[in-house]
Amino acid sequence: MALIKFTKRGIYCKQGDFYVDPWWPVDYAVTTHGHADHVRFGNKNYLCHSLTKPIIKSRISPDLNVQSLPYGESITRNGVKITFFPAGHIIGSAQVRLEYKGEICVISGDYKIEDDGISTPFEPIKCHSFVSESTFGLPIYKWQAQNVVFSNIQNWVQNNIAHKKTSVLIAYSLGKAQRLIKNLHGVAPIYVHNSIANLNEVIFKAGVALPLSERITPEISKDQLQNGIVIVPPAMRDSRWMKSLHHPVTGICSGWMQVRAHRRWQSADAGFALSDHADFPGLLQAIRQTEAEKVYVTHGFTSAFARYLNQIGTRAEVVSTHFGQEDDEENKVDLNKAEQSSAKKEEA
Amino acid sequence: MRRFAQLIQELELSNKTNDKIAALVQYFTEANDKDKVWVIALFTGKKPKRPIKSALLKYWAIEITQTPEWLFTESYTNVGDLSETIALLLPPAQQQADLHLHQWIEDLHGLEGKDDDTKKAFILNAWNSLETNERFIFNKLISGNFRIGVSAKMLVNALAKFSDLDSAQITHSIMGKWNPYEITFHDLIAGEHVNTDSSWPYPFCLAYALDTEPENLGDINLWQAEWKWDGIRGQIVKRNGELFIWSRGEELVTEQFPELHFLLDSLPDGTVLDGEILAVKDGAVLPFSTLQQRLNRKTITKKELENAPIGFFVYDLLEHEGDDFRQEILASRRKALQQIINNINSGQVLLSPVVEASSWDELAQERARSRELNSEGLMLKKLDSLYHSGRKRGDWWKWKVNPYTVDAVMIYAQKGSGRRANFFTDYTFAVRDGEKLVTIAKAYSGLTDQEIKEVNSFVNRNAVEKFGPVRTVKPELVFEIAFEGIAESKRHKAGLALRFPRILRWRKDKNASEINTLQDLQQLLQSTL
Repeated sequence: MALIKFTKRGIYCKQGDFYVDPWWPVDYAVTTHGHADHVRFGNKNYLCHSLTKPIIKSRISPDLNVQSLPYGESITRNGVKITFFPAGHIIGSAQVRLEYKGEICVISGDYKIEDDGISTPFEPIKCHSFVSESTFGLPIYKWQAQNVVFSNIQNWVQNNIAHKKTSVLIAYSLGKAQRLIKNLHGVAPIYVHNSIANLNEVIFKAGVALPLSERITPEISKDQLQNGIVIVPPAMRDSRWMKSLHHPVTGICSGWMQVRAHRRWQSADAGFALSDHADFPGLLQAIRQTEAEKVYVTHGFTSAFARYLNQIGTRAEVVSTHFGQEDDEENKVDLNKAEQSSAKKEEA
Repeated sequence: MRRFAQLIQELELSNKTNDKIAALVQYFTEANDKDKVWVIALFTGKKPKRPIKSALLKYWAIEITQTPEWLFTESYTNVGDLSETIALLLPPAQQQADLHLHQWIEDLHGLEGKDDDTKKAFILNAWNSLETNERFIFNKLISGNFRIGVSAKMLVNALAKFSDLDSAQITHSIMGKWNPYEITFHDLIAGEHVNTDSSWPYPFCLAYALDTEPENLGDINLWQAEWKWDGIRGQIVKRNGELFIWSRGEELVTEQFPELHFLLDSLPDGTVLDGEILAVKDGAVLPFSTLQQRLNRKTITKKELENAPIGFFVYDLLEHEGDDFRQEILASRRKALQQIINNINSGQVLLSPVVEASSWDELAQERARSRELNSEGLMLKKLDSLYHSGRKRGDWWKWKVNPYTVDAVMIYAQKGSGRRANFFTDYTFAVRDGEKLVTIAKAYSGLTDQEIKEVNSFVNRNAVEKFGPVRTVKPELVFEIAFEGIAESKRHKAGLALRFPRILRWRKDKNASEINTLQDLQQLLQSTL
């Protein structure tokens, strides 16, 4: 009997009687990471990685009943051994490894292969079945090494400062914002929006070595901001506050920026293809290293990616989930939703 | 090439005209002179000849990346551009080549007539020497157009700013016939070539649509009204014993219209006429659909010559007895023009008549007859106006009749390309034919970005079938489609075709049972014949 089932509440392990990243309230939710499409309000119990615990308590509610584990340590529930391994997606993100009577299944949530300098790097886990995302599951998505991308961002910022423009990077509060802070440290003073500053405090308290950045307050002058780097969440784009800055120019950091059409549609002043999701070769590498006999493809270019896997000899199946629908801005590109809904229709 | 790739990136990243002009000026300041000539050529549509078919590029890219063809197609659908899809799919370059733009173009030119193996070896080596964004440009050089939102006017303004030359003079210089392989940058923008070349046309004077009541233009006696003909705007140039016919798209179309070749003998040297190429029989203008049978044909049959005889309705005189006549006022130009046309004495080349009226009301009544004459409405030109280069506000106005409209329901949607590659932006519309729906038009403009997003989400939720990038959707959304004309068509199921259809507005107040019928359109067709 298979270890997991895809039900309307989410990914369910019958033998252990728990769900992984459920989208409707359940008794016991194992949580891969803190993005809102993977962890929701209303579950009686949560199990997650130690760094994810303060994040979800801060984002959802301090009253959540959360148990946590470091990477590599296990607990057993109804005979099913549950272990977290790093997924490299954001701080605290984990792949969930389930083992029952010799059968191993890994649910990877969201992941990327490259070491981003702030999340614990991805670790491949051998298993019988593997649940994989496919956000960038087309061969046109191949990332440059992050030091190349960051040096482009650095040049952009320095050029803006020289031309009296204010550099505003649009980044999601949890994940991308911290990655930018860590890797742009020392280029120019970094100023962050409230929502990012709040999360930074939580992450800092949890013991992560995050370089300092300054919370934006009315006391900080527009001249200071112009000579620094401003990081705000997507909701702040086109806000009145943004327009009040000295000649603001926006840069979007997202894997979608790989393609001209996306860059132009977003009409940002600059696009940097920097993603917290694996690129196409990354997805294939991860899947190969699991040596899995069966791959379940969740959100992204599901139908194309699963078809390709089958063609290269890896049994793969598209499963319909609610992942990739909110909170992680890289999943916010309408196209992605379009692909998902069309994939869903094809199954139906 | 790297500098050119950077320019393209800068131009793409800004929507602001000033930023784009600044980027162009910076480029013209830094770049190699030969490259600059090519940039002007590429941005004004003077593409080098294609040495290789794009199908071959696709085939080679598929071969070396070992991408299944269906996956290539999926990728292409996501990217919306073949050159870019290939550039993104290829593995990172193993070597570096820092050749200039003109060197690449010359090397590609050198491939002409070579066998496929030689071409392939060259292309693969180039791909392996270029960064992703340079590869994209390289592929575009072979297979596509540079659509990056740089208008001819913007380019001219940047060149004027860079060189301190007059912008009208630059427009003139880059518009004519010149060979980018031979001309120097200096000679090109200084217009050295235009004096020795008898073919060069003048920039057309264009008009804005009238956006106010005509009464606000003042005394009608200061204005000249003419019919606005629905044909191909053209310029006929006769110099040094040679005749040239230019279309507004800056294309030489002399060979296509043998009926006008007699002008070689009957026009004096040093004459340039502005007018409209039309299908004309017994002095009357025929519908555009008739003219259409004659466009872009390599050979013309006797029957086509009989069915769609070409004529030229002359609007203006730009060069007279070898002198640039554009600085004369309209009234004087018209007088001289009248003399020239009288001397020609032809049934096919006629002075476009002035529409006489003693008041704006009377003129409005005349305008109401436009469709009967196969005209689109009126042109209003100030009698003391000079012949301007390009579009200028105030002296000339288009006063078109309102378009025809039909309410139709959307039944297919397709993803757009370029900026809109990920949204369903191209729609096919149908009207009712008894119980069935029959398609009548495809349109892809007229909605705001916000509306496009709404329609996009409707398509995602209501797609019934999927054929590649096309979705069949539930017939629910009703749109008012505007169009300029209607013609019989054997090619379309409906038996008719609409001219220049576009979305006028989204009729959220109507449902699919309230749309027009095929019979409504057939009646309209009968009434226009």
